[in-house]
Amino acid sequence: MTAATSGHAASAPPGTAPVPLGKRVGRLMIAEWTKIRTVRSTLWSLILLVVLDLGFTALFVGLTVGQWDKTDAGDRATIAADPTSMILGSGFFLSQLTVCVLGVLVIASEYSTGMIRASLLAVPRRLPMLWAKAAVFGLLMLVLGVVVSFASFFIGAALMNDKVPVSLGDPGVLRAVVGGGLYLAMLGLFAMAIGAIVRHPAGGITGVIGFVLVLSPLAALLPGSLGDHVHAYLPSEAGHLIAQAHQGKDDLLTPWQGYGVFAVWTVLLLALAATLLKRRDA
Amino acid sequence: MIEAENLTKRYGDRLAVDDLSFTVHPGRVTGFLGPNGAGKSTTMRLLLGLDRPHRGDARIHGRHYRDLHEPLRVVGALLEARAVHTGRSAYNHLRCLAQTQGVGRKRLDEVIELVGLTGVARKRAGGFSLGMGQRLGIAAALLGDPSILILDEPVNGLDPEGIVWIRTLMQRLAAEGRTVFVSSHLMNEMAVTADHLIVIGRGKLIADCSTEEFIERSTEKMVVVRTPEAERLTGLLTAEGATVVPGAEPGAPLTVTHMEAPRVGELAAAEGLVLHELTPRRGSLEAAFMELTRESVEYGDTAGGAAAAAGLDGAAAIPGAVPAQEGKTR
Repeated sequence: MTAATSGHAASAPPGTAPVPLGKRVGRLMIAEWTKIRTVRSTLWSLILLVVLDLGFTALFVGLTVGQWDKTDAGDRATIAADPTSMILGSGFFLSQLTVCVLGVLVIASEYSTGMIRASLLAVPRRLPMLWAKAAVFGLLMLVLGVVVSFASFFIGAALMNDKVPVSLGDPGVLRAVVGGGLYLAMLGLFAMAIGAIVRHPAGGITGVIGFVLVLSPLAALLPGSLGDHVHAYLPSEAGHLIAQAHQGKDDLLTPWQGYGVFAVWTVLLLALAATLLKRRDA
Repeated sequence: MIEAENLTKRYGDRLAVDDLSFTVHPGRVTGFLGPNGAGKSTTMRLLLGLDRPHRGDARIHGRHYRDLHEPLRVVGALLEARAVHTGRSAYNHLRCLAQTQGVGRKRLDEVIELVGLTGVARKRAGGFSLGMGQRLGIAAALLGDPSILILDEPVNGLDPEGIVWIRTLMQRLAAEGRTVFVSSHLMNEMAVTADHLIVIGRGKLIADCSTEEFIERSTEKMVVVRTPEAERLTGLLTAEGATVVPGAEPGAPLTVTHMEAPRVGELAAAEGLVLHELTPRRGSLEAAFMELTRESVEYGDTAGGAAAAAGLDGAAAIPGAVPAQEGKTR
């Protein structure tokens, strides 16, 4: 008998010995990756994200260019001031909803199917499961978001070339394009946090879309500077500033400040989700 | 070893588990018996850290479940409610669970083979029948080759062949020295599967003893006697302390309790009475169980009627399973 096996036999019974942190993290991330890639909703959501993003970039930018001569000078100036923002914004407008849906489903579908019980039996401390899921899903959205963002930019820039030439080398443009990926990744985590709090796919999706699409026009109706401030600090309004090459003249926040506000929203919601996950019966 | 100590769980103002204490030992199948709604599933969820108790403690090998570093290698659990993502294949379901504990692919294939799902492992679990879902749950429980198994109603939805399979499996696992804790609301199933029984009703402990002892205590011994001289025999036996219930019609057999068959035969022979039949019998275990838990049944009140139909005198059914419960079983 080797020293290693006798040492093992003398130690704690199987499964009760501590596992090194690095190994633990690795295992949970691999498991969460398996979970994400082995359900069809992931694949469909991601295909839809790419198709909607690139499709609407081409459509909106194409229409804008086609109507350029009939567009009034003020609008032309706005677009010319920051064509990157216009290109990326065209793509995100609808495709971001697929990220919201997927973010909610990643966690809420575990509750609706009962899978959460199996997950928590495997990770009874609970929070490591949530963090691993957030890390894996966040990274997936970041990678895909950056790729989609670059593709969207190149499509849009090519279409715009005759009217308003823009290139990655222009000030702020590279940051804005990478920022598009950062925005989608943070939006995914934001949606996941709401999914974890609501624990119900339909409810979670409604909640996120309410935040992203409904709240901002409502806040814009508030009178005066109060409305401007509330509007500026809403999660998706603040967050998408990172996909602008530079701060617009009406923007209260710089791109990084806006992204910081979005990150604070997300961290607070994740903290709430973690607290509830720890306290509630599963 | 599983230990529950004063476990108490409240849902709203309903006590689901009420100050429940017991120990489940390795090397035998321990049945966890109680009518529907008695708190079996809740107790198991408390043991597994899915629900938190309002009071009391549940320990696995002396630790809380949440303190187990690789829980699936220690405890395998099958829950009553399904715990599978319907959109994922059986193989991938087991795979993502295995990955959390560093369980390899070889073991994965082994358990799939063991539960007989090899042919459908790549199919989505959402399309599985109740029985296949149950087998998948058992595969998940066995994944980490755990020393403790906690199975909530494992025979649910299984066909007769599947029931024999799971029964044999549980007995084999216990014979290997594992702790097997299995719940059921079916007394007869437990009578043939479990070595030891923990019986609860309305969240409270009713009995904690060997299955043999439980059957011995809870089922009345009776003797069925047929004789042309019923009246004389009745007088004779009653004088010796037996209770005799006459047949429904003249010529029907008498039911004698509180006296063994040989003694009945001896008394009859001494007086020269003719006997046409002398058969020792036991009351139905199922009926005795229903009688025992009647007061604690949450829904309906068919238990009493069923016990009566089974020909049992309720008064004699349970000679007090747990001392504190004696008054209550009456």
